[in-house]
Amino acid sequence: MLAVDTPGSVRPSPSFLQDAGGRSGIGAWIFSTDHKRIGLMYAAAMFTFFIVGMCLGLTMRLELMFPGEQFISAAAYNRIFTLHGVIMVFLFIVPGIPAVLGNFMLPLQLGAEDVSFPRLNLASWWIYMIGAAMALASLVVAGGVPDTGWTFYAPYSVRTDSSVSLAVMAAFVLGFSSILTGLNFITTIHRMRAKGMTFFRMPLFCWGLYATAWIQVIATPVVGITLVLLMLERTLGIGFFDPGKGGDPILYQHLFWIYSHPVVYVMILPAMGIISEILPAFARRTIFGYKAIAMSSMAIAAVGYLVWGHHMFTAGMSDTARWVFSLLTFLVAIPTGIKVFNWLATLYKGSIELSVPMLYAFAFIFLFSIGGLTGMVNGALSTDIHVHDTAYVVGHFHYTMFGGAGIGFFAGLHYWFPKITGRMYNDRRAKIALGLIFVGFNLLYFSMLIMGILGMPRRYADYLPEFQPFHMASTIGALILVPGLLLMLWNLLHSARTGAPAGPNPWRATTLEWQTASPPPLLNFEVAPEVTTGPYDFTHDPLLQENPA
Amino acid sequence: MSVANAAGMTLPAGSAVDPAADPAAAHGAAHHQDYEGDKTGMWLFLFTEFALFAALFVIYGVYRIIYTPEFHHAAANLNVAAGVTNTVILLTSSLTMVLAVNALQRGENRRSMALLWATMALALAFMVIKYFEWGAKFEHGLYPGSEHLLAMDGGEIVFFGLYFVMTGLHGIHVLLGVGAMLFLLPRIKSGRQSATNYTLTENVGLYWHLVDVIWIFLLPLFYLTN
Ligand SMILES: [Cu+2]
Repeated sequence: MLAVDTPGSVRPSPSFLQDAGGRSGIGAWIFSTDHKRIGLMYAAAMFTFFIVGMCLGLTMRLELMFPGEQFISAAAYNRIFTLHGVIMVFLFIVPGIPAVLGNFMLPLQLGAEDVSFPRLNLASWWIYMIGAAMALASLVVAGGVPDTGWTFYAPYSVRTDSSVSLAVMAAFVLGFSSILTGLNFITTIHRMRAKGMTFFRMPLFCWGLYATAWIQVIATPVVGITLVLLMLERTLGIGFFDPGKGGDPILYQHLFWIYSHPVVYVMILPAMGIISEILPAFARRTIFGYKAIAMSSMAIAAVGYLVWGHHMFTAGMSDTARWVFSLLTFLVAIPTGIKVFNWLATLYKGSIELSVPMLYAFAFIFLFSIGGLTGMVNGALSTDIHVHDTAYVVGHFHYTMFGGAGIGFFAGLHYWFPKITGRMYNDRRAKIALGLIFVGFNLLYFSMLIMGILGMPRRYADYLPEFQPFHMASTIGALILVPGLLLMLWNLLHSARTGAPAGPNPWRATTLEWQTASPPPLLNFEVAPEVTTGPYDFTHDPLLQENPA
Repeated sequence: MSVANAAGMTLPAGSAVDPAADPAAAHGAAHHQDYEGDKTGMWLFLFTEFALFAALFVIYGVYRIIYTPEFHHAAANLNVAAGVTNTVILLTSSLTMVLAVNALQRGENRRSMALLWATMALALAFMVIKYFEWGAKFEHGLYPGSEHLLAMDGGEIVFFGLYFVMTGLHGIHVLLGVGAMLFLLPRIKSGRQSATNYTLTENVGLYWHLVDVIWIFLLPLFYLTN
């Protein structure tokens, strides 16, 4: 067995980075239907937007360092937090993991040569770029950046002179891109699995993407039509959200959250999938409760549709609606808890290796647990009334979305970096970056949790002097976090060119993407792979053989 | 280090060192013709289209419960004859579409094209009737934001708002369907769509039926509410 060489070392095919499928120049990228190149194009665009969004966030933190107006007006502050939210939500974290790592890894993990509809995949990227251009165009057109917050609540979004229509149109276009990606992934998972790979032999990242894709396909049209109605409201004055014309602004909130709560699972489920890949790889143990984790993704996707009302406990709903939504919100925490306990059980008696992806995975579990538990406070009716619209909600949201989805994304980037580039990242720099990110993150957002409970409202450009220590701590956290993020991104970019060659399987991981060369050839596999066991079978791991305990 | 075997996911014996194995030939050709996959994708797409309207149906339902008498009253302004005529036209166009797909599957490309032209003519008739219907409303001062409309009850304003939005969105879908047929015609003419490769034609047909089905919902919701 040990004599068998890796397929990579004898294979003549060039990698996908060399083999552009007959195209050249920039066209080799922007017209490529190769899922791997498309994934990298998404990455390039998304991390550009991420840095823009990060700078906007930092601007807010600097403004809030002291009470009173420092260097931006209250009106400008409104526009900045709106743009920060729009960029981070619609351009980065919603499409993030599926479009970048999903695109790159799904066909590889399934043992396929591409997604089901490669040309549609390329079209999705173009549609994404058009949507992004529209979102950024709102910076320069008359009216300027919207000042409504990323939720575009009526009636203010109908009335404001800022360029809401353009931003909403951008969100609609981005949603269309998201739908097409979801449709592509569902079809790919149903039709393109390698021979022998049953649904329950799929890696858990694929399960995460599968559940995500269903949410994208089912929920996104609802927000699409909602945003169209908002545009019609602004242009024609249809009146669905205007009480003066028989409408109701609360209807807008319902429609918006019917999409936007499920969409937080679009953000988090793929991240959970990544963690479910990393833990077995570095504990050298099969995942504990494979089916429970796979099914809990589907359960989250299903129950997640029915909890949107928890965003509206103070907006004017019947008491019955409120306690039903509260109950369902608590129920949706159960499958999430199942995942966390299964992850911890996976580590038990494993041969744990504290590699960078593993450390990111631990950071994910820690931060996401805080995010989840603080969310229970929002899900409970009485406590939610107290913390609604305070900085607490902002802290909670960032713990789940940034500490969860964002850190999970970074974990996946480090885990698959050797596969994507064929090189290793600089380990020491990666660990320093993670240290800065972890410390800065907690200082930044835990301060928000505390000041929120003490009564600091969200979205305010100014505050009473008594909140100053917390704002100061929060800003210092941001000043630690931002260098950490930049160091991490720079390390990855730099190592992509200078890192030591990684070989096909530096982690000795077991899923199919590690069975081909790094970076993979254009068609991914020399010969279509065949699967005979589940995804995390370490019984043949040579190092474990020497020490069977 | 042994990777391929250590994983428990085995590659076919000897395949990795077989110099004759040409990756493109090995599993490249099978990829682009996946009838089941193409159908799966199309049905998912139809599902999202329906979800788009479903959200509007929910809005309609909520407002109709709140404003039942106003909806009944406002619906009396709609031209039932026009609505029913259009229903008959669309149902007929679905029939010609089925026949067009069927003709192609039997290899009768010319007949298939003629039937597609018939489908488009019916779609055009639908839009013409729609045009006169909307035009009549506009003449009576009934359009979104009009003085006459804003003088009515809130429930009636909402009814006409929904009427214009939903039939308007449906009309856009009719035009998209016609666009899809125009895209299809040269492909049938050149033989790229044929008795052996008709997935695209079938999918356009499915899309057209969706347009039809949505109208079947719109008819009772607006015209037969009175
Ligand atoms: Cu929610």
